Amino acid sequence: MADLTSEFLGIKSPNPFWLASAPPTDKAYNVNRAFEAGWGGAVWKTLGEDPPVVNVNGPRYAVSYGNDRRVIGFNNIELITDRPLSVNLEEMRQIKRDWPDRALVASVMLPMEEAVWARLVPMIEDTGVDAFELNFGCPHGMSERGMGAAVGQVPEYIQMAAEWCKKYASIPVIVKLTPNVTSILPPARAAKAAGADGVSLINTINSIMRVDYDTLSMYPSTDGMGSHGGYCGPGAKPIALHMIAEIARTADTADIPISGIGGITDWRDAVDHLALGAQNVQVCTAAMVYGFKIIDDLTDGLSNFLDEKGMTRVSDLVGKAVPSVTDWQYLNLNYIEKASIDQDLCISCGRCHVVCEDVSHQAITHTVNGKRHFEVIDEECVGCNLCVSICPVDACITMKQLSSGTDPRTGQAIVSEKADWTTHPNNPMRVR
Amino acid sequence: MTDMLQADIKPGRLSDAEIEINFSDMHPPLRRPEALVEADRCYFCFDAPCTTACPTGIDIPGFIQKIRSNNLKGSAYTILSENIMGGMCSRVCPTEVLCEEVCVRNTLEDKPVRIGLLQRYATQATVEDNQQLFQRQQESGKSVAVVGGGPASLSCAHRLASLGHRVTVLDAADKLGGLNEYGIAAYKATQGFAQREVNYILGIGGIDVRNGVALGTNFSLTEVREEYDAVFLGFGLGGVNELGLENDQAEGIVDAVEYISQLRQASHKSTLPVGRKVLVIGGGMTAIDVAVQSKRLGAEQVIIAYRRGQQQMGASEHEQDFAQTSGVSIRYWLAPSRVLLNEGRVSGVCFDYTRLDDNGKLERSGDSCELEADIVFKAIGQKVLWGALGDSAEVLETKAGRIEVDEHRKTSLADVWAGGDCIFGGEDLTVSAVQDGKLAAMNMDRFLRQRNGSGE
Repeated sequence: MADLTSEFLGIKSPNPFWLASAPPTDKAYNVNRAFEAGWGGAVWKTLGEDPPVVNVNGPRYAVSYGNDRRVIGFNNIELITDRPLSVNLEEMRQIKRDWPDRALVASVMLPMEEAVWARLVPMIEDTGVDAFELNFGCPHGMSERGMGAAVGQVPEYIQMAAEWCKKYASIPVIVKLTPNVTSILPPARAAKAAGADGVSLINTINSIMRVDYDTLSMYPSTDGMGSHGGYCGPGAKPIALHMIAEIARTADTADIPISGIGGITDWRDAVDHLALGAQNVQVCTAAMVYGFKIIDDLTDGLSNFLDEKGMTRVSDLVGKAVPSVTDWQYLNLNYIEKASIDQDLCISCGRCHVVCEDVSHQAITHTVNGKRHFEVIDEECVGCNLCVSICPVDACITMKQLSSGTDPRTGQAIVSEKADWTTHPNNPMRVR
Repeated sequence: MTDMLQADIKPGRLSDAEIEINFSDMHPPLRRPEALVEADRCYFCFDAPCTTACPTGIDIPGFIQKIRSNNLKGSAYTILSENIMGGMCSRVCPTEVLCEEVCVRNTLEDKPVRIGLLQRYATQATVEDNQQLFQRQQESGKSVAVVGGGPASLSCAHRLASLGHRVTVLDAADKLGGLNEYGIAAYKATQGFAQREVNYILGIGGIDVRNGVALGTNFSLTEVREEYDAVFLGFGLGGVNELGLENDQAEGIVDAVEYISQLRQASHKSTLPVGRKVLVIGGGMTAIDVAVQSKRLGAEQVIIAYRRGQQQMGASEHEQDFAQTSGVSIRYWLAPSRVLLNEGRVSGVCFDYTRLDDNGKLERSGDSCELEADIVFKAIGQKVLWGALGDSAEVLETKAGRIEVDEHRKTSLADVWAGGDCIFGGEDLTVSAVQDGKLAAMNMDRFLRQRNGSGE
């Protein structure tokens, strides 16, 4: 059995799954239930300066559905904690006392005034929390007040606030990054420059879920009006993975410890985050949708996966896939794959044919010798993976490498030497 | 048969409450959550096998996608534009040998998308609430007589009316619908659905209905051909095949079709007389329907005797299973040889055992058995009543006792089309009849407009 205990910035937890700062960590009652269920840690619902914010009394959440009302995307307009600071601090102190083996992190969002940080950071640290997480990511409401994503979108502000926190804290400081930027690297560099101990990402993405089809107004709305919210959940995971990988594979940011957040619902999502460079992960939406019990599959599934891979601890997995992420220009243009349909598994739905025919390369038959039959025409197949992606049967269509002979599509010999865009004759900027 | 029972036929074997349960919807409609889950199972196949298998060619993945997107009006339109009786067909089609048999879901999981139930879900509101999705084209000034009021005729009438022609439906029965109204097992079309569908079809306008007028009695084919620009024959099969045995008209030997019709029309089914021991001779859907309904009316023992094997039976395997799980026994390889009488009334039937000879021809083995019965239902097929056609019977080309038509359902007469059970090659299915009527109407439309063009 693989060892799931995790250490992030020196903070130990029985597993690498923390609850992200969000509604599930709003108060002691929830966090107690989460720890009872087996979560490794919790980042408390973001603390702010008193008086507390007020939330709307209408809908805070909305979702986009997939099959059978499965939630694939989630959006919220809830603000930071709407409870007095003293109440939160008292509960955090008690939780840390009751659950000494779990990670407890204080998420904070404070105005851009050093005096406020100087006053509140020591007060919060006094509860016994293991670290600070600076919420520079919340994209709704708070950003209008010059906090949250409004800070996270300006590297200089990130650095300034993170330096203040470092100055007044003796425990690790994590900077939580917003994805609402064109490149995640400048914010990550700013955090590093400020001396932050690590980063966590991603916070939620600016989003509007849909309109109300009856009223033709934005949905959800508060008294007829809506405001953009933060998008998260399974649909947001690929955006998170890209940003994590960018930090992990870039020379001057690669050494920043990362806590991965974004769309983790089952253990495989966690594998994605960890393999692309996160040292631990944070979860919110899955708990919002299914409750805390999903921790069972997250820990159990990850443990079984590590065993299967012959890995003994979570850290063995961290960053494993990072070396495989590169720029497009370095992809081997001499490498050739063709789709191949396993006729024993094919149910003859014809979806591969119609998508290839309509939108791709006309490389899949529908009739052979007068019979309904779907097979790949190697002379046309560019290996795009569309048929593999949309086939409803798992493993029915797979990509197979052509490693010798000629490519039936181009008639050109297949060579084992790599050649990429940097040297391609069609590239006017090629390296000569 | 020394211990022969006295004929034991009486109504009220079951309470009204039991009868109500027994004759409630065979497959209850899907509720919205069920429909959405089921719709999501559809793979939206290319050139979908289900659509190919549907005699009316409904774009099945198309209508299911519209269920998914909550576009039920569009879904109903997709169905009804190919099959105006999509509501009834969703209830009575043997989907297990049509669309659902070829569903690609069967390949890896033996569980097709429940297309029939989804079609019912999609058409429910439209037909029940009489939301007219079709408008008539401009009046063509042409008139068509449609003889008969069953699925073929109503499908033809609706399509003709939508194309702008004036239609008169001439039907011998009191109510339109044909076998939908009089023939289908009660638990397949509950709550007066057949008449609601008829009303929906007539709702398009341009269709005049004359009930209680029979071809051959109240009018002749020659007369309607003179009065109208074209004629569609959809009068079905008015005659019943006989057993061809001595005493086959004895009291207690009953035409299954007639009995089912009475059952469908009865306001209180508990008033229908039913035998304690019921014997059904035949192997088609009528045999299954009369057997199961007898059982559900409270018959103690119901046996279907069929002269060939399970494979050859006209009723599908699914239907045979349904009968057996409803408590009906099916005895294969039994051909009736003699009617047994008690004081002039049927008391049973003597059967010869049968088998296939080396050439696959049915032969009698020489063994026999007797089955007791209070009532014997003949369900061995129906035939065209040629007498009704009068002199025209001689000019209409026929084949194997049915009217011969081309692929457009056109008969040998230039202005006469036909469809449904009365044509050769008919499949004895509502859905095929609907397709006949639709194809005929489209061909008639071309014919009628050509006549316009030629200045006639």
